[in-house]
Amino acid sequence: MRPDEFDASGWDERGVLPLEMREAAARAGWFGVDLPAEHGGKGGTQAELGELCAEIGAVCGSVRALITVQGMVSAAITRWGTAEQRSTWLPALAAGEHLAGFAATESGAGTELSAVDTRFEVTGGAITVTGEKRWVTFGQQATAFLVLGKLDGRLATVLVEAGPGVSTVPVRGQLGLRAAMIAHVRFDGVRVPMGNLVASPGFGLSHVAATALDHGRFTVAWGCAGMAAACVADAAEHTVRRRQAAVPLAAHQVVRSTLARMAVDATAARGLCVAAARARDAGELDAVAGTVMAKYAAARAAASASQDAVQLLGSAGCASDSRVGRFFRDAKVMQIIEGSDQVSELHIADHLLRKYRVGGMT
Amino acid sequence: MRNGLPADEVRGQLLAFVTSLVDAEPGPDEDYFELGLVNSLAALELVTFVEHRFGITVRVEDLDLDNFRTVNRLTGFVLGKTAG
Repeated sequence: MRPDEFDASGWDERGVLPLEMREAAARAGWFGVDLPAEHGGKGGTQAELGELCAEIGAVCGSVRALITVQGMVSAAITRWGTAEQRSTWLPALAAGEHLAGFAATESGAGTELSAVDTRFEVTGGAITVTGEKRWVTFGQQATAFLVLGKLDGRLATVLVEAGPGVSTVPVRGQLGLRAAMIAHVRFDGVRVPMGNLVASPGFGLSHVAATALDHGRFTVAWGCAGMAAACVADAAEHTVRRRQAAVPLAAHQVVRSTLARMAVDATAARGLCVAAARARDAGELDAVAGTVMAKYAAARAAASASQDAVQLLGSAGCASDSRVGRFFRDAKVMQIIEGSDQVSELHIADHLLRKYRVGGMT
Repeated sequence: MRNGLPADEVRGQLLAFVTSLVDAEPGPDEDYFELGLVNSLAALELVTFVEHRFGITVRVEDLDLDNFRTVNRLTGFVLGKTAG
């Protein structure tokens, strides 16, 4: 199934991404673009992953979210998993045999994830997982969760397979990403092998979850760049064709001004995404901060462009099957997930100021 | 990467980076994690810096808080990795 075959509006309306879509994504290799070939991936570059997310993001944010969450968990295991964990989990994730869930957020821990209450207890040579997670993307369908919690007071991450003791409550009718099959997920004394602990306790948030979120930020950024570009295209096409009193909308200066701003914002966002991909592929020092900047810019560009596109399309933009209308809702979500705009601003400013501090260096 | 890096040079580079990273001046034996100075993004950047600057790879078996919590401990970790 190619992006031009997606029924994105229908999926959005029904709040479901069909099984055949997920299977098609796996067959197409979309879950393993940047995973090592030895673990079932394509061994591709971050730039290749980004371009895929832009292409899909231009059509359906929920499919892009599927690639994002699968990539987040895979990236964390690739970076911080043991050799055994990599060889066990990554091929299954790349092949879509496991559908991943990133279970970090709780009712009392969102931006400040260190406040999670989920408990990991070591008993009888196994880990018992107890806690309630919220807003887990594809939590309704996930078969393998990367769970953030505390073990002996230290932040840790554990892989938990769906099964007895894992229950989900579907989230429906949320503002955006309505086909991302979001769920609140409860872990009720679930026992998993000690080998499911990813990295030492104390590094669960600062390294494992942070790596997942960094990867997620990157794919969200590219998805937003694709979304913004699609809004520009839809707005341009509509304003060229749509006539009022025999005059195309695009003949009006105010319309052209809006289109120009949209195009510049979308192009600039894409440029930052390209720069972030280059930095990540080269392992550069600024890769993490560059990814934050790209995500921030692209989410804002998508939000702004979709708002303008709905305005230019008028009633057509408000229709239930309107792509720009759906993007208008999805884009607001993008300004919140994987680091809100406000948190991103703090980090971007902090990175900027670093080289101006006494003894500072880049 | 070079073998036998001078300890003072490594310590100096790490101290300068950590100081700019956390916007504070922790002493070489002060635990910047314990002091709450390192958020998750900064922790990732610290790993990236160590790998980038000293040409080493931080692996999961290296993820021991004792390797990362102070500049002096991190210096010892880098020297150990680059000595081989």
